[in-house]
Amino acid sequence: MENVTAVLSGEEPGGTGEAEASGGWLWLRAFAANRLAVAGLVVVVVLTLFSFLGPLLYHTDQIHTRIGMETLPPGPGHPLGTDDVGYDQLGRLMVGGQTTLEVAFGAAAVAVLVGVAWGAVAGYVGGLIDGLMMRIVDALLAIPALLLLLYLATVFRPDVLMLIIVVGLTAWLVPARLVRAEALTLRSREYVLAAKTMGVRTPTVIVRHIVANSIGTILVNATFQVADAILVVAALSFLGLGIAPPATNWGAMLSNGLNYTYSGYWWLTYPPGVAIVVTVVAFNLIGDGLRDAFGLDTRRQ
Amino acid sequence: MIRFLVRRCAQALLVLLLVTIIVFGLSRLLPGGPARAILGVHATPTNIAAFNRENGLNGPLPAQYWHWLSGVLTGNLGFSYVLNQPVSSLLAQRLPKTAFLAGISVVLAVLIAVPVGLYQAVRRGRADDYAVTTVTFVLYSTPAFWVALLLIDILSVRLHVFPAEAPQGSFSTIFSDPSAMVLPVLTITLVTIAAFSRYIRSSVLDELAQDYVRMARSKGTSQPGILLRHVLRNALSPVVTLLGLSLPFILSGTLITEYVFNYPGVGLLAFNAATSQDYPVLLGVVLVVGVATVAGSLLADIAYALLDPRVQLASDAGAGR
Repeated sequence: MENVTAVLSGEEPGGTGEAEASGGWLWLRAFAANRLAVAGLVVVVVLTLFSFLGPLLYHTDQIHTRIGMETLPPGPGHPLGTDDVGYDQLGRLMVGGQTTLEVAFGAAAVAVLVGVAWGAVAGYVGGLIDGLMMRIVDALLAIPALLLLLYLATVFRPDVLMLIIVVGLTAWLVPARLVRAEALTLRSREYVLAAKTMGVRTPTVIVRHIVANSIGTILVNATFQVADAILVVAALSFLGLGIAPPATNWGAMLSNGLNYTYSGYWWLTYPPGVAIVVTVVAFNLIGDGLRDAFGLDTRRQ
Repeated sequence: MIRFLVRRCAQALLVLLLVTIIVFGLSRLLPGGPARAILGVHATPTNIAAFNRENGLNGPLPAQYWHWLSGVLTGNLGFSYVLNQPVSSLLAQRLPKTAFLAGISVVLAVLIAVPVGLYQAVRRGRADDYAVTTVTFVLYSTPAFWVALLLIDILSVRLHVFPAEAPQGSFSTIFSDPSAMVLPVLTITLVTIAAFSRYIRSSVLDELAQDYVRMARSKGTSQPGILLRHVLRNALSPVVTLLGLSLPFILSGTLITEYVFNYPGVGLLAFNAATSQDYPVLLGVVLVVGVATVAGSLLADIAYALLDPRVQLASDAGAGR
């Protein structure tokens, strides 16, 4: 499979080769010149501030339900109305954003850490161990993540930490493959051979040379991982296997509001739905920008 | 070619073995093991011991695995105590329906995404390329269930064009009421197009930059001739691999779609099993889907190698590494 993809990956026509050639921090300048990617970054920063600092400025009670105050349309006092148990929808969007971003960043971090370690070791060590490690990746890839999550979410009761671990542990396979492919080409470079000859220990070579030189690939994939994690958690919440109330996330808010689609309570679905789409688009734009800045291949696996 | 086939099949067999080990391992994750999961929290130790003895769960783990695997190989995927049916017969009822739904949707998605990707690549950097890219980009970033529900909201609730519930029952009811299939198929098709079109666009762009295109152009081959006879053929072979690799992704989308439209396929079966803690069914679905994906990616690789002989060369060279 790896060989197939190796053949597939041609040079991106018109790609920015200069960043790679000059090395160093030039990729940052290339990234900054990409207006869409910078816009994505701004959106992510704004949404993070909104979710984590917003509640300090805009106080709402997100613990106690208020009967008699439910499904109020947007108006004075409640800029985005209230939901079906009387929570202020704007405040809820902030609290939900916190969990959404925490789980997304956490899961992406777990996925990238595990995947990078696995892929770097497999690619660098090579041989039978590599073959076995990559077949394990193939086997796990063969099982749809959603089915696996469905199973794990019924066995372990989901909270933020559990979701981070469970989503992270189903998402590390792609970074493992990408980093392994990098390691395969890096292991025969002169500086790696030199380090080996000088007696540098294997773990040090892997961290200092293999992982350090795959940093572009890793960073790009980490960005896409955040976007994917947001969608996966939303899907899980929709299937009723997300976080238990009064905690919430945008996916849970969206699927909760969908029960009232026929009643015309648009303020229950559109704000969280748009928040999800905007955030995922922003992360995908950042990922595309980083990929162009590092001069990597256009296609994601 | 023979060497490539043998090597690839051996790999697939190893992956299959690992899939069975993973599914077996998952069943041991259950608190208290499968006996506690099936008999419930009030089961006495005597009951559990008796259940374990009957189901070959009292030996050491490798022996238990072997007992389970030999059952699986003879078609015994366990028993659903919730639905009171063997898992294999449940799957036999549901699998064709999911295959039908996912099959139509994916064929449609490829038939639409390929011309769109080709068009975008040719019009690269123009306004219409950006417009299509924006639409697919946003679609790609939208949760699949929201796509489904927006379709229901617009086409079913507001415009009353298509029903919001999928056809129930056997295949004959599906064919007697094809309009009920439109929204489920449309959902999976849209989600799959969003995932594919970026890939196809860049695949065509890669081909357009190749020397043979310039050669054909300087010979005076017309633009449609270049696109259809040369570029499309070369750009399509990666799509075969993409299809093989996308099976788990497509099935995740199918699960969500079946749940939204109440379509009686494997996805809905798995979801219901998860909510009623019917672990044998859920793990049976995981196993069957895993095996299907391994088989699918093997077939895709072989088809790709037949379409593009360079792959075999690369693979044979890679084998000596």
